Amino acid sequence: MDTGAIFEREVVRHLDAAYNLARWLARNDADAEDVVQEAVLRAFRFFGGFRGGDAKVWLLAIVRNTFYTQRSQLPAAGSVDEFDEAIHGGEDHDDPQAVLLRAADAQRLHAALERLPPEFREVLVLRELEGCSYKEIASITNLKIGTVMSRLARARERLQRELTRREVAA
Amino acid sequence: MNCQDVRLLLHAYLDDELGAADGVAVTRHLAGCEACMQRVRAYTRTRDDLRGADLYRHAPAALRTRIAARLPRPAVVQRTPRRAWNLALAALAALCVIAALFAGWQTLQLRRAAGHALVVDAVSDHVRSLLPGHLIDVRSTSEHTVKPWFDGRLDFSPQVKDLTAQGFELIGGRLDVLDGRQVAALVYKRHLHTINLFQWPGSGAGASVSRTRDGYHVLEWSDAGLRFIAVSSVAKVDLQAFERAFRAVPSAASEAAH
Ligand SMILES: [Zn+2]
Repeated sequence: MDTGAIFEREVVRHLDAAYNLARWLARNDADAEDVVQEAVLRAFRFFGGFRGGDAKVWLLAIVRNTFYTQRSQLPAAGSVDEFDEAIHGGEDHDDPQAVLLRAADAQRLHAALERLPPEFREVLVLRELEGCSYKEIASITNLKIGTVMSRLARARERLQRELTRREVAA
Repeated sequence: MNCQDVRLLLHAYLDDELGAADGVAVTRHLAGCEACMQRVRAYTRTRDDLRGADLYRHAPAALRTRIAARLPRPAVVQRTPRRAWNLALAALAALCVIAALFAGWQTLQLRRAAGHALVVDAVSDHVRSLLPGHLIDVRSTSEHTVKPWFDGRLDFSPQVKDLTAQGFELIGGRLDVLDGRQVAALVYKRHLHTINLFQWPGSGAGASVSRTRDGYHVLEWSDAGLRFIAVSSVAKVDLQAFERAFRAVPSAASEAAH
């Protein structure tokens, strides 16, 4: 078994996962394809330095880096992670009655997810669509597990608000 | 544990990522707090909606094909590596699996058997030329700069032609290796596409032969004691227009020779 075979077996088979993340970050097909193509070629160049571990996590981390590099903007560290006022204090934005939604249709979910800031979008996509564990998400996004947890909580509350707002407006 | 603690922890609780002690504490709180329980129900529902809404985006087949083409050539199509870099790439044999999925393994073998090693080589050189830093050794839009650059570096005199007026911009040239011999590679641009034109002394059918490999179009022809292979991702008709233009425009080389 040589390098190429291993690369194909371990990395290229996660192309769907790579594209799903890139597509949700970029929010259009063309940019997503650019990101994935560059990421896979980069992964191939760096593959010699890949010392085992989870190839999917490794590839998704490269996809994410490639996306933010192409945008020349990493999300500001901690900018969305102050888990204080917004949730723990002040007025309660998510009234339990209001968040009890009727089943959201796919289109509304799609639109709401796309409106979220990328830092929220990526953790939701990795968790709900890709089924990643907190540990995997932490590796991919280079965040602490505690930050992943609070960011997911924030992301879900934001998504819930987006859905509620549209529902009320509709 | 109060409602605010639960409000943060319930996500980890739903994700089954909470430690046992916290999990028990949340469960106990939920049993006695309808407000938090409602949140749990709402988030559970949204999560199920997200997972059930067919939001997962699968990689398009065209992207798979393009990536397979951009990865270095599977060495199995050339069992006897003739060049140093081929030796290095020999390790990549199994990438064929990807190529085979889309180009068709059978087709690949048939092409190989039919003696299309040259085409395989040319496409491989083209793909490799697109990697950063590989495209051009002499960068110039002028045939009068590119032509002399090749002199002394090759044992023959390549045809160098400015085809800007025909819509193919000459951007430079480099030395390359094709089927074990040194060849001249001219690089042209058509919009965003790169065209590599390889040439070396030899004779073959004067008429052009067109092929497609890994999504690239390949045109072969012979003219005035030289063999030519053009490779590009432009449309086939554009590559044919390129060949016509190249053949029609007089060469700076042949003019100088007369
Ligand atoms: Zn409570």
